[in-house]
Amino acid sequence: MALEATHGNQMNPQKVYEQFEDIDQQNESYLVGMWSFLITEIMFFGVLIFCYTLYRWQYQPSFYAMSKLLDMKMGTINTIILLTSSFTMVLAVHYAQIQRRAAQLYALLFTILCAFGFLIVKYFEYSHKFHVNLFPNPTFVWPALDNPALTASVPEPVAKMFFSLYFAMTGLHGIHVVVGILLLGALSYLVWKKSTLVEDFMVTEMIGLYWHFVDLVWIFLFPLFYLMPK
Amino acid sequence: MSKTLDKKHPNNSHQEEVNYITVDYTMKSWFITKDHKRIGMLYLATVLVFFFVGSVAAGFVRFELTSPTGQILESETFNRMFTAHGVVMIFFFLLIAIPAVLGNFFLPLMLGARDLAFPKLNLLSYYLYLGGGLFGVVALVSGGVDTGWTFYTPLSSMYSNSQVVLTITAAFITGFSSIATAVNFIVTIHKMRAPGLTWFRLPLFVWAHYATSIIILLGTPVVAITLALVAVERLFHIGVFSPEYGGDPVLFQHMFWFYSHPAVYIMILPAMGVVSEIIACFARNRVFGYEFIAASSLAIGGLGFLVWGHHMFASGESYFQAAFFSLMTSLVAIPSAIKVFNWAATLYKGMIYLTTPMAYAIGFLGLFVIGGLTGLYCSNLGVDVHLTGTYFIVAHFHYVMVGGTIMALLAGIHFWWPKMTGRMYPEIWGKIGMLVIFSGFHMTFMPQFILGFLGMPRRYHYYHFAPEFQAYNVFSTAGAGVLAIGFMIPVVYLLLSLKHGAKAPANPWNAKGLEWEKTDRVPITHNFREIPVVTEEAYNYSIDDEPPIEAKYTKFGAVMEEKS
Ligand SMILES: [Cu+2]
Repeated sequence: MALEATHGNQMNPQKVYEQFEDIDQQNESYLVGMWSFLITEIMFFGVLIFCYTLYRWQYQPSFYAMSKLLDMKMGTINTIILLTSSFTMVLAVHYAQIQRRAAQLYALLFTILCAFGFLIVKYFEYSHKFHVNLFPNPTFVWPALDNPALTASVPEPVAKMFFSLYFAMTGLHGIHVVVGILLLGALSYLVWKKSTLVEDFMVTEMIGLYWHFVDLVWIFLFPLFYLMPK
Repeated sequence: MSKTLDKKHPNNSHQEEVNYITVDYTMKSWFITKDHKRIGMLYLATVLVFFFVGSVAAGFVRFELTSPTGQILESETFNRMFTAHGVVMIFFFLLIAIPAVLGNFFLPLMLGARDLAFPKLNLLSYYLYLGGGLFGVVALVSGGVDTGWTFYTPLSSMYSNSQVVLTITAAFITGFSSIATAVNFIVTIHKMRAPGLTWFRLPLFVWAHYATSIIILLGTPVVAITLALVAVERLFHIGVFSPEYGGDPVLFQHMFWFYSHPAVYIMILPAMGVVSEIIACFARNRVFGYEFIAASSLAIGGLGFLVWGHHMFASGESYFQAAFFSLMTSLVAIPSAIKVFNWAATLYKGMIYLTTPMAYAIGFLGLFVIGGLTGLYCSNLGVDVHLTGTYFIVAHFHYVMVGGTIMALLAGIHFWWPKMTGRMYPEIWGKIGMLVIFSGFHMTFMPQFILGFLGMPRRYHYYHFAPEFQAYNVFSTAGAGVLAIGFMIPVVYLLLSLKHGAKAPANPWNAKGLEWEKTDRVPITHNFREIPVVTEEAYNYSIDDEPPIEAKYTKFGAVMEEKS
């Protein structure tokens, strides 16, 4: 890899804020800050995965039956979409480092496109669940309308618990995707306007870290819900 | 950026010294400031407002309890009062007070940095706190909450008919404010230390804030998501804790206390940091066992995450769990005791000056030792089954969190007031205030130990089943009155000192540390005229050092002759 550009590169004339001594200190601070923030994010999802683990341990056979109600095809498509977006995000950071603004902008826009694609697929998944009355509120109908045979053995409370976890966890992830779109949108706008704020690659790098984290969460959620073993 | 720099030298300056206060007097300059010192002062003012709100709620609770059948409030309202007291005091005062006020103000000064790493994030954290606080106030005036500050499910998620969601939103937003502050502190401590300032030359105040920030990073998201799950259960019927869905309400308690026990250390560790600074300064002695105090901060932070189950000894834990949590809880006593013994050893053979900050710091030791030792009773399985849910617990955690945090906050404010404002306060009033607060505190909470031991349950409105409790309750309420008067005293003289206080010299206590030795009388916006180079260990005191400022120079209007 001919990736020469790292921090402090002469090609990156970047503003050093007055509390910092030099660009290296500033960039390292950004990175430490971003990683500290990501630790809080890990704890956020960690709690939910902990709840999930407890209940699945308790209700494994039912959870297995429930997982068949999820649309594996859509889940797989979304996984591919997010993996692709992670790749284009890597490209965006790379082009930011070597100062190729136009390429960076296209990579960012493609990432945003993927994010929207993910949300659209998710929208169809969610609306189907609402349609067949699987959202765990008083409209909930059990056994499941679209597969009564499979779900007849699952007690209704556990079915509601499964979908509570499903909506809580994928919902929180979805919120993170929306935030990601806002961040990437703002970044693209700044790159397009050639703002001095994004002269250096650091901002792109940090948003990239965030976006990879969001993808990584999905990489956990997908097998937890869609690929459950018996 | 450069626009704000230009404003810094107003042309109308009539030989007035330029510092972070005088640089710009407009209101706007305060509300959009990125200066950590100004943000610290904004926090100070806001935190005191919430302290007042929480105190008023406490006043109602204490007044109700002077009679076995209540005084003026409905029982429903009584529940909302003690909840308001708990929520406001914990989420909007205790968790914020020392890190956001003193930490914000002095961390960069102690590190030899021009500001925190992310000044804008710092300002954002203040506004998040303010926003969360406003949500809390809206929740209060629109009916309040009756679940207790602990929001136990299924009461909070299914049955309570009060503003649970609004209050949870308030706590959630404030949590993000804490996280922002913690990220800022961690980055600043890691990356912005002055040349020569190695990790083991850091003041213990910095170590304490480092440990605190780690706890905030690891713990706050947990409680945030736990409370959010309660809110989504109320709003959308997504019920992770719902027994109707085969869920376990006690799981909420586990997750809630996973954060909320370490939260006590978010309150007490910074307090310990403050006390370390002050005791070393006024004993004119190096802190004894510096490394042990620093490491014990981290140890308390780490152990703190392994003790949460002691809140569920009586709510259906297995013997194994209970024994484990009981053991771990008792272990916390070790690092805590290390600190106390080291402070005591620091005093030994020191040159002790009993100034106001020192008086508060010693007061802290008094309250913390009582709180800590009674904590050992509670950690003991057999004893706790008798004590849990009684006023004994109430008294215990007030001694630790409230006694500890407030004494240290006041100690810190009195210690650094000359640096923060450039003014002295009258030493004599400082000591009177300290004595009133200290005795008021014991009057309020000592009787509650006895009440709890006799079996009075917490959160009860009526105790007509045991009228003999009344005398203790009346005494406790009287103590709360003394405490209220006590808090008025520093508020009055500190406010007056802003106008009438004697001008403080740059280092009135002859203390060590970058914030005293390398800054102006009142620091300038970027703290140091040039970045200091650290060549010595922390607390390089000796008993032959110059004494602190004499009390006669601290009176209102006193003028000290210049000693060049
Ligand atoms: Cu605890």
